Amino acid sequence: MGRYLLRRLGQAALVVVGVLVLTFLIVRVVPGDPAVSVVGPRASPEQLTEAHHRLGLDAPIPVQLWNYVRQLLTGDLGTSLHTHQAVTHDLGVAFPASLELVGAALLLAVLVGMPLGVLAARYRRTGTDVAVRVQSMLAVSLPVFWLALVLQNVFATTLGWFPVAGEYSSSLDSTSPLHVYTNITLVDALITGNWPIFTSTLGHLVLPALVIAAYPMGVVAQLTRAALIEEMGQDHVRMERALGFRERQVLVGFALRPALNPVLSLLALVFAYALVNAFLVESVFNWPGLGRYAADAIRSLDTPAIAGVTLLVAMLYVLVNLAVDLLQSVVDPRVSLR
Amino acid sequence: MSLATVAVRPSRLGRVSRLVRADLLAAVGAVLLVLIVLASLAAPWLAPFPQDGTTATHATQSLLPPGGGHLMGTDQVGRDVLSRLLYGGRTSLFIAAVVLLLAAAVGVALGVIAGYAGGVVRDVIMRVTDVFLAFPALLLSLALAVVLQPSVRTAILAIAATWWPWYTRLTASIASSIRSRGYVDAARCLGVSPARVMLRHVLPNSLTPVLVQLSLDAGGVILTAAALSYLGLGAQEPTSEWGLMVEQGQALFTTDWWVVTFPGLAILVTAFAFNVLGEGLRAALDPRRNAR
Repeated sequence: MGRYLLRRLGQAALVVVGVLVLTFLIVRVVPGDPAVSVVGPRASPEQLTEAHHRLGLDAPIPVQLWNYVRQLLTGDLGTSLHTHQAVTHDLGVAFPASLELVGAALLLAVLVGMPLGVLAARYRRTGTDVAVRVQSMLAVSLPVFWLALVLQNVFATTLGWFPVAGEYSSSLDSTSPLHVYTNITLVDALITGNWPIFTSTLGHLVLPALVIAAYPMGVVAQLTRAALIEEMGQDHVRMERALGFRERQVLVGFALRPALNPVLSLLALVFAYALVNAFLVESVFNWPGLGRYAADAIRSLDTPAIAGVTLLVAMLYVLVNLAVDLLQSVVDPRVSLR
Repeated sequence: MSLATVAVRPSRLGRVSRLVRADLLAAVGAVLLVLIVLASLAAPWLAPFPQDGTTATHATQSLLPPGGGHLMGTDQVGRDVLSRLLYGGRTSLFIAAVVLLLAAAVGVALGVIAGYAGGVVRDVIMRVTDVFLAFPALLLSLALAVVLQPSVRTAILAIAATWWPWYTRLTASIASSIRSRGYVDAARCLGVSPARVMLRHVLPNSLTPVLVQLSLDAGGVILTAAALSYLGLGAQEPTSEWGLMVEQGQALFTTDWWVVTFPGLAILVTAFAFNVLGEGLRAALDPRRNAR
């Protein structure tokens, strides 16, 4: 176990270094000279050289990479070109909002996807099974940005069942202002007992969360079905059937538990994917998260902001992967022998 | 294309066709796909207004509802939506084909080397794939597409850059299991060069899973390419592209639903066809699943 832990941590560290180098390279190959945007297009050659020196752009690439990493270690991701604030500050506001949205979506995906998977496994090769499979296949084939537009137009703009955009009604800021602790609006509203904002946020959350939930829901349903069907072929299931348990008890009481493991580790991996899908959805619903921040950054060619978002999501992916692997080796010690 | 290659193998032809018949969903996917590919290839002849697929504009005919001369209506500059849809299919299928070709070529080559060589070579290659896999496809594509000039070519490069590691992982695991087989040992003992062993013995055995993976991935590539174009980082006006059509029409959705609805449906149906076909092929060619 100890050796496995060390090896896995070493691997993760190597990947982190690679991620840093790759992000650095992306920032460095940006067309045009970053110094020009600092001193202006009409600066004299001397001013430009001076700016190059000041920004460290005249140093050899490895030295620049080292400076970049050193800057990152002090928690400095540069200044955003479109909000004119520290990128770390912007991320600190945007990320919790995305987390709120993706968290709600994944919860929804499990609550709907798992029962669908169980249903498909129970009534395998019947109309129900085919319906669930078609539905989950459609869910993973939907272009999220289009689904977001369709739901917004039908259920918000036309029918008026849900708010069109935003995180909560902006008028509430004056009637019942929110005290910010975590930047996750739902949590802040809950711990300060701010019910108007809490319910307003829930209402605003429904449509975007539904859109982001579509993909993980389809994957969860498919995997639950496959894992259950696999489990139903095991000896312990034959035993339970022989003992006279009803099919429903066998399925939900005995077969579902071991089938949960792959679903949970899948969810951790889908998290990063859902976060990126949220990028497309947040712009449509004007949700103040990472995605809208990234979309704005793209429009203004804001490289520090893009690099910051890229770095954050990639690091999250590495950490979540590491956590899943270590958890699995605790649950199933055979993993660490591989 | 990948389908055809699988199907012409005589030993598998019977099995594949039998199982496709058993798997109605996959068969539906295959039929849809053939129709989509044919319609895109024949776009210049099928499109009611071929010149609308590219540069033509008709200011007097903007935003006509579906019906009459325009089955799917016209967009804000008067172009026939159906014609642009057919031409858009060419863009999407072209992007998917080139991306998958690039990704599979690089990925499979590295995978065979990693799996066959083992040791340090394998470790180095696998750590590099880990780094690229840490960036979700759309994210790295976003970052790359921002620093390069947005175009179909940039989108292709950006998506391919994120897709190859999957093929490396897949091929490496197959190659390392083939490495210990008797016939590979025999070839090595006879003095056959490593390059020849890889080409003649390791590569052919990796192809079937790679082909299945290609058909499974095509849907994802089409969705990613459409998302990039939707964000303005892929195909540019006046190229017909489904994601771009959605982006251009989104402000008009409430009043002129057809400009957004049809291109979105086209993306959905194409991705769905690839996904069910890939899923069906995987089930058909996976002997473990056949047993049950």
